[in-house]
Parts: sequence; structure tokens; C-alpha cells
Amino acid sequence: MASPSLMDSLFQRSLDDIIKGLRHQQSTESTFISKVIEEIRREIKTTDLQTKSTALQKLTYLNSIHSIDMSWASFHAIECISSPAFAHKKIGYLAISQSFNESTPVILLISNQLRKDLNSGNEFEVSLALDCLSRIGTVDLCRDLTSEVFTLMSTSKVFVRKKAVGVVFRLFEKYPDAVRVCFKRLVESLESSDSQILSAVVGVFCELASKDPRSYLPLAPEFYRILVGSRNNWVLIKVLKIFANLAPLEPRLAKRVVEPICDHLRKTGAKSMVFECIRTVATSFTEYESAVKLAAVKIREFLLEDDPNLKYLGLHGLSIMAPKHLWAVLENKDVVIQSLSDEDPNIKLESLCLVMAMVSESNVVEICRVLVNYALKSDLEFCNEILGSILSTCCQNVYEIITDFDWYVSLLGEMSRIPHCQKGEEIENQLIDIGMRVKDVRPELVRVGHHLLIDPALLGNPYLHRMLSAAAWVCGEYVEFSGNPVELLEALLQPRTSLLPSSIRTVYMQSAFKVLFFCVCTYIEQKEDMTLEVSDLTSKGECSESSDLASAKAPVACDQDEGFNPRNSSQSYEDPSVVNGGHGHVSTSAFMEETSFTRESIVKLVNLMELSLCPLSGSYDVEIQERARNALGFIELVKRDILSRLLRKEANSESEDVCASTIVEWLHDAFYEDLGPVSITAQERVLIPDELVLKENLADLEAICGNVELTSSCSFSLRSPYYGESAGVSFSNHQVEEDSEPSTEATSLLTEHRRRHELYYLPSEKNETITTANDYAPATITIANDYPPANYPSSGINTNDDSQDLVTLTNQSLLPKRKPNYAKPRPVVVKLDEGDAAPVTAKKPEVKGDLLSGAIRDILNEAKPASSQSNPSDKSSIKKKGKEKLNVDLSDSKEDLAVREQPNPENPSSRRSKHRGHGKEKSKKSQREEGWGWKGRWW
Amino acid sequence: MIKSVLVINTQGKPRLTKFYDILTVEKQQELLRSVFGVLCSRADNVSNFVEAESIFGPDSRLVYKHYATLYFVIVFDSSENELAMLDLIQVFVETLDKCFRNVSELDIVFNYSKLHNILDGIIFGGQVMETSSAEIIRAVEEISKLEAASNSISLVPKTVSGWRSR
Repeated sequence: MASPSLMDSLFQRSLDDIIKGLRHQQSTESTFISKVIEEIRREIKTTDLQTKSTALQKLTYLNSIHSIDMSWASFHAIECISSPAFAHKKIGYLAISQSFNESTPVILLISNQLRKDLNSGNEFEVSLALDCLSRIGTVDLCRDLTSEVFTLMSTSKVFVRKKAVGVVFRLFEKYPDAVRVCFKRLVESLESSDSQILSAVVGVFCELASKDPRSYLPLAPEFYRILVGSRNNWVLIKVLKIFANLAPLEPRLAKRVVEPICDHLRKTGAKSMVFECIRTVATSFTEYESAVKLAAVKIREFLLEDDPNLKYLGLHGLSIMAPKHLWAVLENKDVVIQSLSDEDPNIKLESLCLVMAMVSESNVVEICRVLVNYALKSDLEFCNEILGSILSTCCQNVYEIITDFDWYVSLLGEMSRIPHCQKGEEIENQLIDIGMRVKDVRPELVRVGHHLLIDPALLGNPYLHRMLSAAAWVCGEYVEFSGNPVELLEALLQPRTSLLPSSIRTVYMQSAFKVLFFCVCTYIEQKEDMTLEVSDLTSKGECSESSDLASAKAPVACDQDEGFNPRNSSQSYEDPSVVNGGHGHVSTSAFMEETSFTRESIVKLVNLMELSLCPLSGSYDVEIQERARNALGFIELVKRDILSRLLRKEANSESEDVCASTIVEWLHDAFYEDLGPVSITAQERVLIPDELVLKENLADLEAICGNVELTSSCSFSLRSPYYGESAGVSFSNHQVEEDSEPSTEATSLLTEHRRRHELYYLPSEKNETITTANDYAPATITIANDYPPANYPSSGINTNDDSQDLVTLTNQSLLPKRKPNYAKPRPVVVKLDEGDAAPVTAKKPEVKGDLLSGAIRDILNEAKPASSQSNPSDKSSIKKKGKEKLNVDLSDSKEDLAVREQPNPENPSSRRSKHRGHGKEKSKKSQREEGWGWKGRWW
Repeated sequence: MIKSVLVINTQGKPRLTKFYDILTVEKQQELLRSVFGVLCSRADNVSNFVEAESIFGPDSRLVYKHYATLYFVIVFDSSENELAMLDLIQVFVETLDKCFRNVSELDIVFNYSKLHNILDGIIFGGQVMETSSAEIIRAVEEISKLEAASNSISLVPKTVSGWRSR
């Protein structure tokens, strides 16, 4: 490239010129910038450092404000920092810390320059280098410069020393071996009388302790001294954070520091300090009743402030406290509930969390009702926050707090109708989950799903499509509970379903297919019942060989000659699942209106289905196409075979009838096997067959599969005790069927499969207890004819006194009587033993920094015996210091010694890491106490 | 640990950006945009905290203050105290005010380098180092003197504005 012209180098634009230029040419900012970049590229190549640094400064500015790439200039930045002029150096360092990263190729080149500047006599140059190291320090840089930083940590210049202390954190993080060099000096800095140094070093320890608190337990006395001695709030806040991490590890430490913390809480005037004390108490000192009470009083003060920040933090403090001290929330519930309608979104959210924390079994219905009404009035975002928190609270621990599932299901339906609702996916999951887990609620589920499906408005909201998919699936799967399958089918086939994405449309089609199939089945049976000769046909699928049952049934069917007898039919639907799964429900038909299908209505349905699906059989979406063709094939069959034949009133050629209905029966068997939730650990429980020879190199798989626990054989026979409870319905045929070969293939295969792999079939239970893996007693479900009607909360309720409601409602959770009398007991909720639902307790992430903590423990181990041994021969300063402290501490902790002796043997684990080694060596108890070092003395 | 200090004006233009984690330019731009998106939708009399985990990842909090045409933003993690960070913004702005005598957005626009000096005086590598504005100003003035001294070595100022200011 051509060398810069005289004009260029004489009249270089400064940063100010660029900024002015940018301000005046706003319309063509990008062209202006690209012109400037071109200039910079030219200028930066010059050998004149003044021109070069100005160009770099401009580039740095453009990088930080206009997000212009500057990685290409990294070498020029290095040239600038090697300039003797401070101004150039500064520009270079700013550019480096702003643009370098681990993978910058030239980063190693700055190592020497950094060392030079760290050794500089000018404190500002040193400061520049330290700042750069703290921002971009890589493993190599940290390793190379550890000794320089170590030297700077003891310099007399506070301005440099505090930064050297600050950079130690980066050093430790990147290059753990630096601990061996710098740690002692870092600990010494804790003694510093200069508050700036102290602030820096406490800051470093706060960062370190948040990653691996255990390693810093031995330093607790130092921190304690600062906690009681320091008057600097910045320092105190960091020390409080350190203790919040340390206290849970060592109960005696907690006991010792709780008083000073309360002292601060009482005396301090700084709100930041007050809040930090509150948070420390609420997270790590929950056992200390008086401290928690004090914190609650202070929280109350925050809540009554006008400043939204304090109010928010007060609420935040409460929600930290809520899990262990719900009383604190309840005491402040007036403020909490009032805050629900605050204009500040943070405050609203926080109070929503707190309201949900107050939810209990006894008040969940009312609180949800009030919250849903709030949601109706709220803006989109908060509305969904409310819905989301209702959903997540209610499904916790497999719907632990829900007693009345009918109510909950209708609440889900109601939530879907809130115009702002975007929680379709979660509602989808819960609808299906509840459908599979809670048998008793299926009729209501179908009713709610039905109402959702027939509402054409919902189809227009894309957020609800997933929910509709669940509704469609539920209605198809449990269609036998539907009061009006015809309407359901029409809803599933309505033209607006074209608004659905194809994946959900296929669910609709499949459900429509199931519904149609159900109608046809019902129609056939009804015909057969009427014509009497069919009794063997009806029960063919279940009990072809038990003709006695069939004939016993016949008169019943005969009694209701004209009308379709839904109870009879649906009971026989259930039979296969009784055979297969050892459970089934008989409650089905109670909800079915006494509808009968006439030939005309069936033909109408079939035609409707055909009409809607025909155009889809040519769909580009393979799923849709496949389902459409399946359904059309079935329709073909139904039309030709069944309808025409049954039309003739009597089946004059029995063989053909058998053919037609056999297909129907097969399909019937396929559809009416109950689906259930499957434990995510089901696979683990598979027993390894004996004949399976595992190759040697797969031997370690054994360890994985080793914990399989099996008692499969007992489970199948356990069924009988429950028969008595299947209220009133004749199940006498079960015994027969169990032994007899079921006639249809599907059933027999399923039975066989279940017999062999009983383990991964789901149990269902009568009682409330949680099923364990080995306890597979199948249960039958009682007839729920006397089900009370679902209490649909009326959405038009006057919401003016919502807050008042909530106040009274949350009162209830204070009452000792937690479980009010319900009209009916809580239905069975199928639970899987382990791995079901997400674990509620948040796991603390395992900290990895093994290298770092290992190094630090080593250092502290080294220091400790020295401090505790009475042998004065050690010469290093740190060790002497330790000993001095020992003497001092002895005097002020006499009373603790007595207390300490007792917990010593019981509580070895908390100090195992560092002290075990010393403890072992000394056999006498008194000597062992010495071995505990500072810590033992101090506590 | 402080993750980031941002000054954005009410039109969404960044005036100062400082990220203490290494981030790509694109990522920085994206973060700036999302932060401004949240801030500009907030009313004036509400609390100064913003949920930041959706923008900056887990364990991050954001506190901001609105002065005239500027938002001052600090992003930090659980090792810092929320109210202390609010104080820190106050310290920063007070220091600016003392440095520029009634600071305005223009001062901040045109004193890019000084702004960095002040901020680096307060925060070092993500940690709060100095909270007394007198101390900060003292250091900043020393640095300016040094810069001026090293610049005067080159006797002939090359930039146009350098000529002008003579």
C-alpha cells in the first residue's frame, strides 16, 4: 500500500473529530464509519507512534460504541503499549483489554511488555498492566507474571497494592499453582489496616469462597475479626457474603457469628448493609429463631417503605425466607397481596411468588380463583406469569396439593380461555398427564376438552394450539365418557382446524377417527343387542369361550330392546383392559347420555368424516396424508360392510358379519388398551435374562444394570383382593378369562406381553400412598356415579375485593386443620416411584475447581500445624503470626472450649478435609485438640 | 463480581460499554440491544432492578439508574449487593459531575477516554476498588497530567484539533 501522504500524516483526524463527524452525519453513519475505518487502516501502519495510537484510539472507540471489529489491529495495540509515552501505552492497553481473548494469536507477545510495566516505577503504568492482566489474563500470562504480582502485593503504594491483590483472583482462577506463591501474602493482607486493601482482599476471598467455601473455613477467625472490627460497609457486605457460604458448613461457626450479624442488623443505618444481613440470615442462619425474627422485623420495615427498591428487596428477602419460615410471609401477607397490584413489575412478580408460597391444599382452589381473576385484568406479561406460576405450583410433586381434580381440570380449561394465555404447552402437558394418571377425572377431562374443542375462537390463537392438541387427544382417547360424540366429531372436523400446524392437525384427525370408530362400535353393538343373536358377537373379543356369560348377558341387553344401553356396552369395552391390565373402570357410561345411534346418524357421521378427510388424502404432509387415508379406508369398510349388512336388520350370513366385526374388534382392542405414564427409569428395571451372555468388554455394564430390583412374579396375582371393591358390577368373568386364551390376537399378545414384562406396566392404586417399584398391586376404580358436578368457577365474579379474599384465604393455611372435609376423597393419582416429575429441590452445581481448592487446602494445611504447635522453631512470618493469634484467641474463647469438647467426636465430618491428618497423628485428646489448629481454639 | 457497566442514552445509543467478561462484538451488541429494550419499557417511578438472567445468563442481576437522557447500568452476580451497586452508580455519576462540572450527555460523548479513566478508577477487573470520588478524581487528574506530559514530547501536534487548540 502507498505510504501515507504528507497531508494525511499532518492532518490526522483525532477522536474528537470522529465523534463530531458522527454527530453531524447521522443519516450516513455507516458510510462515514467505513471511510474512517479506511483512514484508520492506513494511519495505523505508520511508524509514528503518535499517529498510530490516535488511529488505535479511534478504532477502540468505534469498537466499543459502534461495534466495529478490531481484532485485526491486535498487533498494533501491542506496538502502542511498548511506546515509552504514557498516553500511547494507555491507548494500547485499553485496546488490548477490550479486544483480546484467549485465542488472539499475538497475546503471548504482550507477556514481556506486561512484565516490564509491572516493574515500572510509575504506579499508573503498573496499574495499566495490572488492569490488563485482570481482564485478559490467560494461563500462560498468569503463570509468567505470578512472581511480579507477588512482589507488588507487598508494595508500599496502596494504589498499586490493592490492584495487585485484586488481580490475584484472576491468577488463581487461571493458574492454580499461583496459590503456592501468593496465598500467604493474600491472607496477610487480611490484617491490613488500610480499608482499601482490605476491601480488595475481602472481595477476592468472597469470589473464592463462593466457588469452594470449604477450603476457606480455616480463615474464619480472620473474617470474624473483620466482621466485628470493620466499619466499612463495602468490606462488611463482602464478609457477610463469605459467612453466608461458610456458616452452613460448620454449625459452631454459625453459632459464633450469628450474634455479630444481628448486632450489625440492629445498629447499621445503611440499607445495603441491612439487606445483606437479612439475606445472610435468611439463607444461612435459618436455625436461629431470634435472628430470623429480627430479620423479619427489618423486612417489615422495608416493605413499609415508599421506595420501590426497598419494597422489592423486602419481598425478595421474604421469598428467600419462605421455604423455611412461612410464618414471616403470612405475617406480611397484607403487604404481599397489596403488592400484587403494584405498578412495578418486579414487585408484582415477587409478590406473586410469595402468594404461591402460601398456597396449601386447603386454599388452593380459592387462591387460584382469585389469581385467575387477576390474570384476566393484567397485561399480557404478568397474566402469563400468573398462569405459569399457578401451573407450576399445582403440578408440583405430582399434583400434591390438588384434591379436587375436577376443579383443577376445569381451571385448566378456564385458563385456556383467558385471551392473553400463552401457556398452551404447559396446559397440554398437564391435561395429558392428568388424563393418564387420574382415572376418576377422565369424564370431566373429556367434558372440558369438548368445550375447548367446540370453541372456534381458540383455534385462532397459535399459543393455544398445543393445548388444543391435548384436548383433542384426551377426547379421542377417553371418548367413551363423552356425552355427545357427534358434536365432538364435528368439532374435531370443523373447517377452522386448517389453522392448526400439521403436527397437531394429525392429532385432531386421529382423535376424529377414534370418535367415529367409537360411534360405529356403539352402533353395531346396539344393533346386535337388539337382535339378540349377537350376544356371542359382542363378547367375542373378550370371552368367546365363555358362552355362559354371553347368554347371561343377553337378557339384559334384551330388556332394553330399542334403546342403546351404554352401560352394558361400555362395560364390555372395559373388559379387555381388565383382563390385560388387571384394572379397568366401570364408571364410564354414567356420563354418556342415553343417546342411540340411528342408521341415519351414523351415515351422517361417516359422510361428514369422509367429506372432511377426502381433500386431505392428497396433502403434502405425509402424516396428514397417512391418517386421512387410514380413516378413509376404515370408512370404506364401514360403509360397504357394516352399514349395508346391518341395514337388513338381521345378519343373514353370519360369516360375513363376523368378518366385518372382527376388524372392528381388532381396532377396538388396539384403541382401548389404557395408556399410562411410564417411569423414566423403567428401562433400568429390566432383568437381564440368564441366557444372555454378556461379552467381557461389556462387563462394566453390569454396574449400571446392577441395581435392578425385581419381584415381578408376585405382582400379577395380587389383583384379586381388589375385586371386591369394584362395586357391584359383575366381574365374575375375569377368573375365567384370565385362564382362557383370549380370542383376539391383539389382546392375547398384550396380555402375554404384560405377563412377561409386568414391571414396566403401570400400577394403579386404590389408596393414597405412593406406589413403589415393587408394589404393583393393580387396583380397580370405583364407580363414580355419585360424582358431584364440577365447580366451574364463574369468571364473571366481581373482582373488586380480590385482595380481601386473598387475605382471608391465606389465613386458612395458618389453621391447624389443614384438610377440610371434602365431599369425596382425593382420587388416585398414579405415581411412579422415582424419577417421576422434576425434582423440586434445586441442586447446587458441583464446583469443579479441584486444582484451585486443592492448592489452597495444601497451603492452609501447611500453615495450620505451624500455628498450633507450640514449637517456636518455625521461622516463616506466617507461621509466627499464626502462633501469636493462637495465644490471643485462647484468651477470648475459654468458654467455648468447654462447649467444644462435646461435639468433637460426634461431628468429625465437618472438619475432615483439612484436619484429619493432624488429628490422627496425635492420640491423646488434648493433643488432638491442638491439632485442630486455629479453628479449634477459636471455636 | 461486576460483569458489565453500560451507559446508554434514551434513544438506545451506547455511550460507554465495559464488559468484564470476554465477549464477541456481536454478543455485546445483542446484549446492549436487549438491555435497552427492557429499560425503555420501564416507567420512571418503579424499582431500579431488572431481571437479567434471560439476557446475561444465570446468576446475573441488573441495576440501573436513569439520569436525564442517560441510563447507567451495572450488571453483576450474587457476590455483589444490589443496593451497593445502586450506590456505585451514584458514585460514578457524582464523580462525573465533579469532573465535568454539571455533567451532561455531551461531556460523556466527547470525553470517551476520560470516562474510561474514571470507571477504571472505580472498578478493577470486575471488583469495586474505590468508592471515594475525591480519590478517583485525584487519580484521574494524575493520569491526565501524565498523558499531557507524554504528548508534549512530540512538539508539533499532528491533529487538526491539536492545532486549533493551541
